[in-house]
Amino acid sequence: MKKRTVLLAIVGTLMAASAMAKDVTLLNASYDPTRELYKDVNQAFAAQWKAQHGDTVTIQMSHGGSGKQARSVVDGLPADVVTLALAYDVDAVADHGLLAKDWQKRLPDNASPYTSTIVFLVRKGNPKGIKDWPDLLKPGVKVITPNPKTSGGARWNFLAAWGYALKQPGGNEVKARAFVRDLYRQVPVLDTGARGATNTFAQRGIGDVLLAWENEALLSQRELGKDGFQIVLPSISILAEPPVAIVDKNVDQHGTREVADAYLKFLYSPQGQELEAKHFYRPRSAEVARKYAAQFPKVNTFTIDELGGWRQAQAKFFADGAIFDQIGPGN
Amino acid sequence: MNTMTAQRQAGWTRRMGHGVIVVLASAFLGLFLLLPLAAVFVEAFRQGVQAYVASIGQPEALTAIRLTLLVAVIAVPLNLVFGVAAAWAMTRFAFRGKALLGAFIDLPFSVSPVISGLVYVLLFGAQGWFGPWLSGHGVKIIFAVPGLVLATIFITLPFVARELIPLMQAQGSEEEEAARVLGANGWQMFFRVTLPNIRWALLYGVLLCNARAMGEFGAVSVVSGHIRGLTTTMPLEVEMRYNEYDYVGAFAIASLLAMLALVTLAVKTFLEWRYSDEIAAHAPGGH
Amino acid sequence: MHRRVLPGFGISLGYAVSYLGLIVLLPLAALAWKASGIGGEGLLRLLSSPRTLAALKLSFGGALLAALINAFIGLLVAWALVRYRFPGRRLFDALIDLPFALPTAVAGIALTALYAPNGWLGRWLVPLGIQVAYAPLGVLLAMVFVGFPFVVRTLQPVLQSLDRDVEEAAESLGASRWQTFARVILPVLVPTLLTGFALALARAVGEYGSVIFIAGNIPMRSEIAPLLIVQKLEAFDYAGAAALGVVMLSFSFLLLILISLLQRWSNRWEERAA
Repeated sequence: MKKRTVLLAIVGTLMAASAMAKDVTLLNASYDPTRELYKDVNQAFAAQWKAQHGDTVTIQMSHGGSGKQARSVVDGLPADVVTLALAYDVDAVADHGLLAKDWQKRLPDNASPYTSTIVFLVRKGNPKGIKDWPDLLKPGVKVITPNPKTSGGARWNFLAAWGYALKQPGGNEVKARAFVRDLYRQVPVLDTGARGATNTFAQRGIGDVLLAWENEALLSQRELGKDGFQIVLPSISILAEPPVAIVDKNVDQHGTREVADAYLKFLYSPQGQELEAKHFYRPRSAEVARKYAAQFPKVNTFTIDELGGWRQAQAKFFADGAIFDQIGPGN
Repeated sequence: MNTMTAQRQAGWTRRMGHGVIVVLASAFLGLFLLLPLAAVFVEAFRQGVQAYVASIGQPEALTAIRLTLLVAVIAVPLNLVFGVAAAWAMTRFAFRGKALLGAFIDLPFSVSPVISGLVYVLLFGAQGWFGPWLSGHGVKIIFAVPGLVLATIFITLPFVARELIPLMQAQGSEEEEAARVLGANGWQMFFRVTLPNIRWALLYGVLLCNARAMGEFGAVSVVSGHIRGLTTTMPLEVEMRYNEYDYVGAFAIASLLAMLALVTLAVKTFLEWRYSDEIAAHAPGGH
Repeated sequence: MHRRVLPGFGISLGYAVSYLGLIVLLPLAALAWKASGIGGEGLLRLLSSPRTLAALKLSFGGALLAALINAFIGLLVAWALVRYRFPGRRLFDALIDLPFALPTAVAGIALTALYAPNGWLGRWLVPLGIQVAYAPLGVLLAMVFVGFPFVVRTLQPVLQSLDRDVEEAAESLGASRWQTFARVILPVLVPTLLTGFALALARAVGEYGSVIFIAGNIPMRSEIAPLLIVQKLEAFDYAGAAALGVVMLSFSFLLLILISLLQRWSNRWEERAA
């Protein structure tokens, strides 16, 4: 009896909520490090939408590991938009027919309104003298990075290291493989997510260097004390492009395509770009980038396309029994 | 030898034994339970009482608390009824397949929380057995409250039954049979004889079931969808805040869950006080 | 024989079985069905991977050890709580459920915070060469923690209802304290102790949330089997994840059945002795 009443109450509330006209609700399924960013973006966008259309838009957030979020959407999480860590996860959603396969062409810049890169976070004063990738292999240096099999950010870390080794004079796949193998031998803790790794490094005091998204490194400097840590930019790193996309099937069902579209386009607008820069993501807009030049020093980057794109990289490096498994112990 | 000295000596060794056991048990409990608990509260109050109260008062925290209570209020009574029924059947009757039934009751304990959320996704998710039919009829189970309830029921299903079965087995059915012979009907027998006899085990079972229902993280995390303020229970809210570097907030909510232990204390003390006469009459034998 | 006197056989059994069927067996059938997707060859490949084996060994070995520790300490604690009056008894009694009420992630974080090299306990232990956090020992610690309430809470009601007359009789007949415990009390407790052991074991085998924070998660060393399941899920390999889940489940199920056989045997032995 009780259960039924409660269920009825829930159904009733849901129906009442959907019956209210003009009040639009969007669900954004995102990955972990974007929490602070979208808090601000949602507020700014809602204000803008209200001013332009007079409607109230509420944006609900769901955060989690990028892969887990993609799986949830595939399994029925009614997200109107996905804003994930890497294109492969959006591809996975597209593979199940929830959005068009060419989603990456529907918005500018590979559908990533902001970018980031992989940097080193070291302890104050850089006691181990870490300047570039090879320093990470020095004896006694402990590296903290999450597990690429469970964390999107960690995949960017892996690929940055791989790309560095590949691009050295005389670099080839054999050498790159040896380089990443030696790198992961320096790792004492493989957390499952980027934030977990940051906590291990910053809170528990484990390790000498944290491989992190630049935005995460800057944020943890701000959140956890500037005097504790400093950022080291490697000679070469990867251009991380977190993609955004509309989930066609869900917006059509909810009738929210127009708002969802405006929401994602807002991320490209000057106001959106400014917010992204403020939250330590590198903006695409040259103008905003100039304004934040001090925050984002120039880095020499390469893109995922140089490694054959995400589908290929996933199969080659991170699938079951692929390179990451091969370089690990026990194989 | 006179027996006096021997008895005195026995009394002394016994007291020594008591002392050693109590010290060992207290040391273990202190180190193992009290210290983590203290760590939770220290972190929660790191920035003072005001920060603590403020982080619990946030609307997301309040919805998480409400949702957690709602889920427990549905899941625990259902499992309570199941537990009593299963224990009754298991301990009072002989039937074929009893051992198998017992093993099936324990089964949810041996399922990793990672899997126990997943099974409902496989059933009710968009790609699952009933997913397409459900979404066609506008019924939401996964990433909504029903999914949270189902996963919680699954995780906590064995508690009450597990607590009751060994006790009811040990007690045997003589008293109930006597009640029947004396003319009590089924419900009279149950409420006057069975229930008083199993009261404590039932209480432990419910307390455990409830604690686990409120504290479950892994399985619930799979079916929740993590929509803030809508499908996040307290454990999920804790994780979220921890991941937002909001350590005070995370541990403040965790401390609320830890205080469930204090509720346990209160309930037990109340019952012991309420039934002190009966306990005195029964204790320590219980017959 | 009882069936004639006591009522409610049909309804209690019927209800229990249908509830179990809907809540547990149907979902697990879906799991088995999904797992069958990887086929015999896939299963063989899964089970012959040294990494899978190492993870299974850690999960099951760690859980067995943790359950043993829990059985021993749980008996001690339950005994102290039921039999003795000492300062803090009520508080400790209430704290027993803490490992359940505390979300597993919080337990993991709290334990890691305590045992990390900069933690309250870690700063003393690590210089002594005892590494708990980010080592297999941490896995064991978390497993003991999550399974602890089972043994205490299953033993407590039985200890409470234990007849003290028998003990006193044994002692008045000249049995020593230890003899009384080993010959009179322990045999009665064994079935319950086994139940607690089995439950603590089953719980520890599948534990994920608390372990991943403290384990370090290094393949072949401190990587537990549920983490492998999660890794497969992250790669959208539902069938592989389900298959590993079924493998783990079957192992634990076998263990549970074994323990319940042991229990019946000890029950029978006790009845014969009595």
